[in-house]
Amino acid sequence: MLKDITLGQYFPGNTAAHKLDPRTKILLVVLYITALFTAKSFLAYGLMALVLAVCVRVSKVGLRALVKGLKPVLFIIVFTGVLNLFFTPGEGILWAWGPLHITSSGLRNAAFMVLRIMLLIMGTFLLTYTTSPISLTDGLERLLNGLKRFHVPVHELTMIMSIALRFIPTLIEETDKIMSAQKARGADFESGNLMEKAKALVPILVPLFISAFRRADELATAMECRCYHGGEGRTKLHVLKYGRRDYTALALGVLVLAGVIAMRAFGR
Amino acid sequence: MSNMIQTESLRFAYPADEGQKPVYALRGVDLEIEKGSFVVILGHNGSGKSTLAKTFNAVLLPAGGKVYVEGMDTLDQDLLLAIRQRVGMVFQNPDNQIVANVVEEDVAFAPENLGVPTEEIRRRVDGALKAVGMDEFVTHAPHLLSGGQKQRIAIAGVIAMEPACVVLDEATAMLDPIGRREVLATIHRLNQEKGITVILITHHMNEAENADRVVVMNDGRVDLDGTPEEVFSQVARLRHLGLTVPDTVDLLDRLRQKGWDVPLDALRAEDCAAAVAGALEKK
Repeated sequence: MLKDITLGQYFPGNTAAHKLDPRTKILLVVLYITALFTAKSFLAYGLMALVLAVCVRVSKVGLRALVKGLKPVLFIIVFTGVLNLFFTPGEGILWAWGPLHITSSGLRNAAFMVLRIMLLIMGTFLLTYTTSPISLTDGLERLLNGLKRFHVPVHELTMIMSIALRFIPTLIEETDKIMSAQKARGADFESGNLMEKAKALVPILVPLFISAFRRADELATAMECRCYHGGEGRTKLHVLKYGRRDYTALALGVLVLAGVIAMRAFGR
Repeated sequence: MSNMIQTESLRFAYPADEGQKPVYALRGVDLEIEKGSFVVILGHNGSGKSTLAKTFNAVLLPAGGKVYVEGMDTLDQDLLLAIRQRVGMVFQNPDNQIVANVVEEDVAFAPENLGVPTEEIRRRVDGALKAVGMDEFVTHAPHLLSGGQKQRIAIAGVIAMEPACVVLDEATAMLDPIGRREVLATIHRLNQEKGITVILITHHMNEAENADRVVVMNDGRVDLDGTPEEVFSQVARLRHLGLTVPDTVDLLDRLRQKGWDVPLDALRAEDCAAAVAGALEKK
């Protein structure tokens, strides 16, 4: 059951979307999100959906994998949809029952919100699906490099991130082992109400934490033995380089954002 | 002959609880390890062998006495990186020393820290992976490899620093017999082909039989020191220290007690068989 966790899942591939510099992709996602929050008309949302469809097509990530990414946030989508549908004040009441009422602007808002969240999540998932965690953190470090001037510990933060990603499978394996060991001694994780289930997790979390701290200690020693002394003077095996592909992609991204802004300005 | 590592009346104590006397894990160790040699350090749990290993690259600093790495004093803070680059260390649990989630990125970690130029890193990573026989796994995820393979990646990660010496601190203890054989074959090859000094900390007697020198630790001191033949023929002493002897020596020892005329120092299985066959013929 623990194997299903899809945090930062990556589908290896060799498409143009995979080959883009991670920095380009992060910037594109930022542009994409800005455009999504600027969009105020069905035409603009249509354009954004089209952009996403093209990106999905290029990356050859299955549509099913993207839709699966929506599942955990289904509740939030439905919740915001319903809230917007019934509680938006406005003219032209179509239906009313007590404090609940559906207005035409409510209908519009609900549709926009649902569309926005869905496009937002699918777009960001596309980033993690086509970018390996290591190049993602690499790109992030390089993008945020300027913040070092303001004493933001950029290298340390990205190092923490990549080590956390590295240890997810190790810790999942460990959790499985501890659970098996507890089950073998008669622990019960399945029955009981929510409270009881949560209580049953405590004997798993305690040894897991202790072992995680021990691991961290050993890892720190091993890193120091391999001459780790912070980000200063570090070189890289893979140096990130912008290519023509990256400039083209960024130009297209800016163009789409400009288009959406123009649509909003002209009220379409 | 020049020394890779030299210790002078080395003492070390782990910090004790308040009000209690510190317990010395090392109580005066004088050891000289020659360049290019293959040294096995044996000892039962708590004999100080792992503590000793950790003083070799300044993970632990002496509380008394000195440790010199190629003449560099480990107490000198300015020499820390230079010392760690010369003496690489491989630990027991392979999972807890692999930093990255791609094999090549992990092997590149040490040269990246040392500020080696990118093309040179590439060369070192490929060279190190080839040296441990893992060059097919360049882009694999380490957590999907076997224990022996992971430990070879960890060795490659150390080799990529181009050290003069590799210390393996019970690096085979968590491995299955196949993994252990892989790792031992790898380090013997590194010792012979690249002339890297190997210091192997272990409690498996059989891993010592092909070494140049065996050092037995007991209670924070060096108890026996010599060639495998010299050390393992001291059967009574080893047993007194709570250590088993290799199966071959055990057999020869029992035959001798029965009055057979066999040598005690035929360590390898073939030598042992020849010795027994020779004695049989004489009978």
